[in-house]
Amino acid sequence: MLSTGLVTAAYVVAAILFILALGGLSNQEKAKRAIWYGIVGMALAVGATVLSPGVGGYVIILAAIVIGGAGGAFVAGKVQMTQMPELVAGFHSLVGLAAVFIGLNADIEMGRALAAKADGTVDQLAGFAATIAKKSPVELNILKVELFLGIFIGAITFTGSIVAYGKLAGKISSSALTLPFRHQINLLAVVLCLALGWLYLGGAGIWTMLLVTVIAGAIGWHLIMAIGGADMPVVVSMLNSYSGWAAAAIGFTLGNDLLIVTGALVGASGAILSYIMCKGMNRSFVSVILGGWGGEAQASSEGPEGEMIAIDADGVASALNDADSVVIVPGYGMAVAQAQGSVSELTRKLRAAGKTVRFAIHPVAGRLPGHMNVLLAEAKVPYDIVLEMEEINDDFPQTDVVIVIGANDIVNPAAQEDPGSPIAGMPVLEVWKARQVFICKRGRGTGYSGIENPLFFRENSRMFYGDAKASMDALLPHLG
Amino acid sequence: MKIGALREVFEGERRVALTPESAGRLQKLGYDCVIEAGAGAAASFSDEAYRAAGVEVVEGPAALWAAADVVVKVRGPSLEEVAAAPEGKTLISFVWPAQNEDLLKAMNEKRLTVLAMDMVPRISRAQKMDALSSMANIAGYRAVIEAGASFGRFFTGQVTAAGKVPPAKVLVVGAGVAGLAAIGTSVSLGAITLAFDVRPEVAEQIESMGAEFVYLDFEEELTDGAESGGYAKPSSPEFREKQLEKFRELAPEIDIVITTALIPGRPAPKLWTEDMVRAMKPGSVVVDLAAERGGNCDLTVPDEKIVSENGVTVVGYTDFPSRMATQASNLYATNIRHMMDDLTPEKDGTPDVNMEDDVIRGALVCHEGEITFPPPPPKVKAIAAQKPKKKEPEETAEQKAARELAEVKRAANRSTAMLAIGGGLLLAVGTVAPASFMQHFIVFVLACFVGFHVIWNVAHSLHTPLMALTNAISSIIILGALLQVGSASVIVTILAGLSILMASVNIFGGFLVTRRMLAMFQKS
Repeated sequence: MLSTGLVTAAYVVAAILFILALGGLSNQEKAKRAIWYGIVGMALAVGATVLSPGVGGYVIILAAIVIGGAGGAFVAGKVQMTQMPELVAGFHSLVGLAAVFIGLNADIEMGRALAAKADGTVDQLAGFAATIAKKSPVELNILKVELFLGIFIGAITFTGSIVAYGKLAGKISSSALTLPFRHQINLLAVVLCLALGWLYLGGAGIWTMLLVTVIAGAIGWHLIMAIGGADMPVVVSMLNSYSGWAAAAIGFTLGNDLLIVTGALVGASGAILSYIMCKGMNRSFVSVILGGWGGEAQASSEGPEGEMIAIDADGVASALNDADSVVIVPGYGMAVAQAQGSVSELTRKLRAAGKTVRFAIHPVAGRLPGHMNVLLAEAKVPYDIVLEMEEINDDFPQTDVVIVIGANDIVNPAAQEDPGSPIAGMPVLEVWKARQVFICKRGRGTGYSGIENPLFFRENSRMFYGDAKASMDALLPHLG
Repeated sequence: MKIGALREVFEGERRVALTPESAGRLQKLGYDCVIEAGAGAAASFSDEAYRAAGVEVVEGPAALWAAADVVVKVRGPSLEEVAAAPEGKTLISFVWPAQNEDLLKAMNEKRLTVLAMDMVPRISRAQKMDALSSMANIAGYRAVIEAGASFGRFFTGQVTAAGKVPPAKVLVVGAGVAGLAAIGTSVSLGAITLAFDVRPEVAEQIESMGAEFVYLDFEEELTDGAESGGYAKPSSPEFREKQLEKFRELAPEIDIVITTALIPGRPAPKLWTEDMVRAMKPGSVVVDLAAERGGNCDLTVPDEKIVSENGVTVVGYTDFPSRMATQASNLYATNIRHMMDDLTPEKDGTPDVNMEDDVIRGALVCHEGEITFPPPPPKVKAIAAQKPKKKEPEETAEQKAARELAEVKRAANRSTAMLAIGGGLLLAVGTVAPASFMQHFIVFVLACFVGFHVIWNVAHSLHTPLMALTNAISSIIILGALLQVGSASVIVTILAGLSILMASVNIFGGFLVTRRMLAMFQKS
């Protein structure tokens, strides 16, 4: 048994290690070391808690950790990098559900502690129940508020993440579900939860919390169902944030500072990621969460002038052979077609021929913040040629060839040129300034936002139709 | 079906409408190819090369007409050729239907289906079959080369041991396809290149080629090429006067003048007058690409190179593309091949004359015994109408300073307001909450601050690992379950046990997947 002081010390160390782990992600080399800080911190926190006074049920703990750990390790080892978004979403749901369970537990324990207090058998209580028994009525009320928050956020995170998982994994249609009066429904549900919370504070039983779980779960489901595929980066990072806030709320409930610190760190991280994603789309967070592209805004101008001109692998390859500098702009389409390996091979060949090849990554490319970077890293594309939008946007006028692979809205010049466009003002990669642009695309359809892309009609644009992977593979033999 | 190329009969024409390479592509569309013996000889394509590409070689035009269903040519057919043609065939060549009504009638009497390469509308989709442009491009290049051949000096300026050579000064009049090609060639040879065009919107193109646009000081509602399919329109007399005045001013210092000014359906405008030629230095060269239509220069004699009294060479050839027969044939045959591409959407070797198709309808001049010229106006406009450019007022230094100051002030005000609101809220919480809560609350607020500062520094490219990592550490929630699992209540134990299970999945899964991802990031 460790003393309470020692446990607290271990928590402090763990908290610092977590901060170091997150801070270490500022660059690729440091990050590889930083991950160990996180692992050690977690081991320390869990170990100290298990050994702290008043904790029992070691067999259950051991069994749960071994089974859960094996499951987690299995999934982590097997998952494809293109499936990262759904994996992350799936993991979030677990945190959310755990938060709900722990919150409900806390209520049961509170009931037991109060009963024991009334019977005068407080001494027989152990662990968490003993802590509760010492609390004053005001503290108990605050506890209830925290508990309510923990369950509420946890339940939203749980169902929301499951829907996000389903959408990202293609098990649920990724188009936005728009029920009539959906905002009103959500509002009503939130009000209902608050009312139940109020009842709970007034002394109503655990049924209020169970109801809150169900209603909040419904809110989570409905909220994310109403959000379309390309807004998923925001959703996933938002859920990431929620899972943190849920942990922090539970930390308040349990009076555990480490939970609070870690929850706050995760919450802040998710919030910042959501903010960056929203900025990348030039949309307010609220409008993303409320779903859809707002449908009302109509493009002011008539359809784009000119025509789409197709080109075959031969033509693209000869342009690449003549080019000195090439920029590749990947989008979600590359992930869908699993084309990163072929793209990497293309890059290798072009670089071997002495050409400058770089990648331009838009903040919201893909379905997860940084998704493209991970895919390219998996395919062994060196990370120092993978650049962010701000780093490369000024270089397009000096670029000979740009290849856009499975991206659409993030290279749409309408965002800059057509104030009436629904995506007006969104920062985009200025690929049209390059000498030649090849757009690798499956068909003529519009992007996620449903807006025509005038880029495809530009004089220096050529459409390279086909599956991204097949197209890249078709290019390879023609090069060199 | 069979596609056949006739040998050109026009005097001095060296081009051919089918090359071994384009034959290969046509065969992919399902056509068989046939060619008249010796048709490609002048363009350096031997009959053997055609045979190697799977093209049947037949002797004489009669055999070819008999063998082929679709006959391709460069120059429009002569009346004799049409007379010798069997009925009902398809012919693709330059026709100039507006100038050749007799020919049109003769072809129609033979019930030929005729597609005129010169009538292909100028829309983006049809660029690949725009033979006028591809030939004009060659003409522009060749014009500079011809000028160089007649010009006694270098194009580029040089400082040699034997003395300094000034660069040649080239003026290109008319910046259409040919003009731009001439500009490009001249600039790359090192000459100082000036260019003029009546369409102000091409100034940008001219400057992008490295030439200097000659601006006229003239106030007029200037014509926009977009209205007339990208071609120039006749200009007003005042404008013309101004233009000639400018040329007169330039003439003494210009070494080489290349004129390419054409207006559709009219004789070429006279832009380089006799007195300008007289003002030029001896040894200078004028190349008139408009010679076939009367010439831009007063002294031009079509098809001839003459020398003026003061020693200025005036080149009036009309067969520039033909002088580069191999290149021209390659490009023209490719234009034809693209035309066949559009005519054969099914790739089954059978042409389908689709009257709904703007390009095909535009080029079609005779079909099934009817003259279909002139075509209705195309549905798609050639070039986007020039949108008036908005000029953003440039802000002065003071305005900029004032604006920046206002921004700083606004930001400061905003952060002060935020701090005030935040502080007020904290105080409000503090008045009701007990001390034990406030202790945790301090930790929470500080952790949020630290979190925000740390996360801002995370590299964008590591956002996915960041999510996986925060995912793993958000499972710190396991501590709550650990504290509860020892409870005497069975439900609590079960729920806590499940929570531990789920959190462990997350911890192990999250950390391992993060490690896997980070290990993949390799430096080059």
